[in-house]
Amino acid sequence: MIKLSPKLSQKLSYSILFLATILAIVPVVVIIFTIIKNGASAITWDFLTSMPKDGMRTGGILPAVLGTFSIVTCAISITLPIGVFAAIYLNEYTRNNLLTRIIKLAIVNLAGVPSVVYGLFGLGIFVMFLKLGVSVIAGALTLSIMELPVIITTARGALNSVPYSFREASLSLGVSRWQTIRHIVLPNALPGILTGTILSIARISGETAPILFTASVFYVPHLPHSIFDQVMTLPYHLYIVSTQIPNMPKKIIFGTALVLLIMVLTISFMAIIARIYFRKHRKW
Amino acid sequence: MSKISVKNFNLYYTNFHALKNININIKEKRITAMIGPSGCGKSTLLRSINRINDTIEGAHTSGEINISGKNIYDTEMDVDVLRRNVGMVFQRPNPFPISIYENVAFGLKVNRIASNKSVIDETVEKSLKAVLLWDDIKDKLRKSALDLTLERQQRLCIARVIAVAPYIILLDEPCSSLDPVATRRIEELMIQLKDEYTIVMVTHNMQQAARISYDTAFMLLGELIEFEKTEKIFTNPSRKETEDYVTGRFG
Repeated sequence: MIKLSPKLSQKLSYSILFLATILAIVPVVVIIFTIIKNGASAITWDFLTSMPKDGMRTGGILPAVLGTFSIVTCAISITLPIGVFAAIYLNEYTRNNLLTRIIKLAIVNLAGVPSVVYGLFGLGIFVMFLKLGVSVIAGALTLSIMELPVIITTARGALNSVPYSFREASLSLGVSRWQTIRHIVLPNALPGILTGTILSIARISGETAPILFTASVFYVPHLPHSIFDQVMTLPYHLYIVSTQIPNMPKKIIFGTALVLLIMVLTISFMAIIARIYFRKHRKW
Repeated sequence: MSKISVKNFNLYYTNFHALKNININIKEKRITAMIGPSGCGKSTLLRSINRINDTIEGAHTSGEINISGKNIYDTEMDVDVLRRNVGMVFQRPNPFPISIYENVAFGLKVNRIASNKSVIDETVEKSLKAVLLWDDIKDKLRKSALDLTLERQQRLCIARVIAVAPYIILLDEPCSSLDPVATRRIEELMIQLKDEYTIVMVTHNMQQAARISYDTAFMLLGELIEFEKTEKIFTNPSRKETEDYVTGRFG
């Protein structure tokens, strides 16, 4: 065993830690740089607002953008109320016994299930068993089930951060438990729930596997009319233009990737802004 | 006449026997102080009188606490109504992070005691006057309650309780986070309030109990050791433990 002098070991460990950080950042920078370099020239108003043409080789990506938008909107409006209500129930109404501990553990573990498993589950339940077919609603339901544990966990964190003394003060005024939740706990937990929700939106916007068999199709010659339509989506469209079509102009591939990237980053950025805003205005 | 009558009352936190067979009769429109070393159960007893202990996991009780002749641990008891009648002020001032006005109006609005704006305005004014806060803050009612000094926050918390018209007010070491001057002023306020409310106060500060309470209960290790006129407790206690505590031999 070599004995290093304290000074040398300090330098060595500093270098290793610094190197690890660089290794974490470099790929992100390279990815973003490559995509912008190759895709920026594709981004035109026309690209964003027209239908794909010539077997996707020219034209735009409007149906894919709208498809992703409608699935994500649907999914979040299903998962948010259910997730928040479940979080309230688990946090405010249950006692800490074996059963609730198992439920809470299960929810945390559900977040670790691979997304393709959710995709196959959605195919079996929503597309085939419930006969919803490949559609916006089937994809949204699948995504919402996948995102439910994340929403529940972040909402519980937000509820937990509301000081217990607020609840006690309210209850001791003769205010019922539900009214206490509605008037005191929820308003103070809302900022945390909101930022968590925005991050969830960003995450599911880029998900591919859950909508692969449940909502997305290769090409639809029109824009989505209803939640029972099958749609094109950005992540799946990116997969198609990258691998399934010969002689694809590079610009279209990277342009599509750039749109998806900007979309996700913008949403995440909104969450950061919201968090900064709420932190500034929070008094307790 | 006794307002609160505790009979053979026991409280357990899961397996821990926190209150052991308590019997005590608390008089109406007086200040009753509960003293004793940390962990003696005085706060637990106080928190049993409005059943806020129910929210603590594993807490269960036996025996009775009767308020105006009704056992509050009866299954038919409406806990929300009980808590409206038996208000509570906590150790640390805990105003809600909303305006001063909304803090005082909160109980009225949410409990739907009043919905008419002029009635609410009137009650807010009356409650803030009762805690001698009105003149200082009547122009800042829309400001956040958290911008007030700790003393004013604690007064506001008392006003918030008064607004829902209780007849008993429980105070759990209400001055422990205040400086001596503020403490003195809150004590004066309590002396004024006792003409209208039955006040039960837990305190760590023996001088405070001696200064303002009519009766004093001394508790030790979950038991009520002695309950007497305050004067007697501090000058001529019957039990050795009480004497040791009030003369500062332990605690």
